[in-house]
Amino acid sequence: MSSVTTTHPAEPHGEYHPGGLLRWLTTTNHKDIGTMYMTFSLIMFFVGGIMILAVRAELFQPGLQLMKPEFFNQLIGVHALVMIFAALMPAATGFANWMIPLMIGAPDMALPRLNNWGFWLLPPAAILLTLPFSLALLGFGDGAIATGWTFYAPLSVQGGWGVDFAILAVHILGISSIMGSINIIVTIFNMRAPGMTMMKLPLFAWGWLITAFLLIATLPVLAGAVTMLLTDRHFGTHFFDAAGGGDPILFQHLFWFFGHPEVYILLLPVWGLMPHVLSTFSRKPIYGYKAQVYSFIAIGVLSVVVWAHHFFTAGMPVPALIYFMFSTMAISLPLAVLFFCWIATMWKGAMSFETPMLFAVGFIVLFGIAGLTGLILADVAADAQYHHSYFVVAHFHYALFAGGIMGVMTGVYYWLPKWTGHMYNETLGKLHFWLTVISFNLTFIPQFFLGLAGMPRRIPDYALQFAEFNAISTVGAFILGVSQLLFAWNVWACVRGGKKAAGRSWEGAEGLEWELPSPPPHHSWEVQPQIK
Amino acid sequence: MEQIHPAPHDNARLVRRLLLLVAAAFVFAFAMVPLYNVLCEATGFNGKTAGGIVRDGFAVGGMKAGTTVPTPAVDVTRTVRVEFTGTVMPGLPWDMRPLTISLDLHPGELQQVSYLVRNTSNREVTGQAVPSVTPGQAAQHFEKIECFCFSQQTLGPGEAREMPLAFIVKPEVDRNITHITLSYAFFSIEGQRETLTSARGVQ
Repeated sequence: MSSVTTTHPAEPHGEYHPGGLLRWLTTTNHKDIGTMYMTFSLIMFFVGGIMILAVRAELFQPGLQLMKPEFFNQLIGVHALVMIFAALMPAATGFANWMIPLMIGAPDMALPRLNNWGFWLLPPAAILLTLPFSLALLGFGDGAIATGWTFYAPLSVQGGWGVDFAILAVHILGISSIMGSINIIVTIFNMRAPGMTMMKLPLFAWGWLITAFLLIATLPVLAGAVTMLLTDRHFGTHFFDAAGGGDPILFQHLFWFFGHPEVYILLLPVWGLMPHVLSTFSRKPIYGYKAQVYSFIAIGVLSVVVWAHHFFTAGMPVPALIYFMFSTMAISLPLAVLFFCWIATMWKGAMSFETPMLFAVGFIVLFGIAGLTGLILADVAADAQYHHSYFVVAHFHYALFAGGIMGVMTGVYYWLPKWTGHMYNETLGKLHFWLTVISFNLTFIPQFFLGLAGMPRRIPDYALQFAEFNAISTVGAFILGVSQLLFAWNVWACVRGGKKAAGRSWEGAEGLEWELPSPPPHHSWEVQPQIK
Repeated sequence: MEQIHPAPHDNARLVRRLLLLVAAAFVFAFAMVPLYNVLCEATGFNGKTAGGIVRDGFAVGGMKAGTTVPTPAVDVTRTVRVEFTGTVMPGLPWDMRPLTISLDLHPGELQQVSYLVRNTSNREVTGQAVPSVTPGQAAQHFEKIECFCFSQQTLGPGEAREMPLAFIVKPEVDRNITHITLSYAFFSIEGQRETLTSARGVQ
């Protein structure tokens, strides 16, 4: 044995298994950490969901019934922050932890202790984000951040201490994500099985690689922007204060320089896992591997140069408007390549529709709607009409719920047998899919119409003519929320037991992860496979 | 065991490089602050008028002794309507209104208007006006020769004052621009914290 064993006698690899809570606190195993990320994500998904159900309940009828506008404002902002930073991003990192080492034939992540630290930063950040709610209930302070998730100055400069809590939470979440990204990049670059060239890398790992670079390039910019906000609030600087020579619009630039790539940060891991699922259930190889890799890279590069389409209406010279409009629309070209490859992978395949495949196909259809409505919003002339309306809300929920969350569920159902060693309940899975897809559309299609009719977002009350569509949307939202309990139950039941899953859990599944037994042993690929 | 930890040296080097990238991105956020100002002044983006930059032989930042104001050729073939407006930001106990709501001019003409500003409190207060020109494309051709926004203004208790403004809309302004709005926001200068506290009170 090598020097590694002799220099670290206190760390006998694979033999030290503390039980109970200590195991999870001290673990450096990628599978344990992946499980913790996924569990945390699921919990926060329900936390964020409960918040938005309260909002939808308030919007069920016109007028103010359940809450004060201040509380409503807090709910929508924290809902977004929780869903983006504490549900979707950890879910993606959970996938990466579990699957990347298995898929590239590595024994673990490259930096296991950093990995543990990265996860354990998340719970404190989530507590910081939501603590002001409970403090306000006890009579301390004025509640959580009420500016919406975008922190726009000067409102955020004037807001209560909830803004400070949110700023610090974003700092911690950012550090955690950056550590996760560094770990993933180092793992993919240095730990691939011998013979696995970059162009043999599974597409899921490719998607995550681009995500990781985007996170490293843009999250520090957000951290800088909120740091400026913090010093504006407490240390007398004037970055965003016009009276002191600053500029509130600068905040929007800094925020969206991060905020737009963030959309692709959330979606690239999903686009990466989608071809694996489609290929498995179509029993055909992935169509257009290289085209998809190049599309990922193109989308990654384009995503950092289009940010200003989020605030066309803030005022910009016409040449800038035209540049941001066309560069935004240009992103639809590599995305269209991805859609084409997904469809071509299914084309004339021997398709079967198990739950992951149902979610994958549902994802393609609904995410397509997100893309098409995004093109409308990217149009400067149309955006002046639709900006800050419910049309925008519906659009980005098609992108982030149908694209993001349903994509994550595709992956969960697909790899759950691998993780747990059991098959989940297929009937329950299909029921979950149909309830989700129907109630999701019931929730958000009315919001397109509301937006087109002129209902502004982020307002707790609305004019009478919007009442019917809002009532429908609220009913949809509650069905959507409740049907996610089926998902949680199905996952829990699958962890506890069920039909034994084979190593290759799906008939058509290809890839290194399926060469291992289900569940894989605590340490896998200690001898790396040779890729031909 | 070599299989489990392949090339630890490589990992450390890659991590260092990635951390450099993180640091560079963080610095970039702060570099955006001056870059953004330069960009706005160069393009008139965001309605920022050029301030304090010597251009075309006269100081835009205020009449300096000895500087001559060249009268550029007046373009009498067209008329531009300039509208004036102003807001007093929360925390400043003043009110303001333009004495001229709007006027029609030929690009190149030197024009003078004034705002009436009144201190509604019974103490001495200092404020600073921040101008903004809409549309942004017109901002770089909107030259203020003399303006109350060039310096801080102090009003005694209950004092009202006419504050003058002399400007030229340069003939280079795009022919498609027929309307320009000049807007001022008057901010309180005394202690930023005080401003914020009262702004919070207003909400």
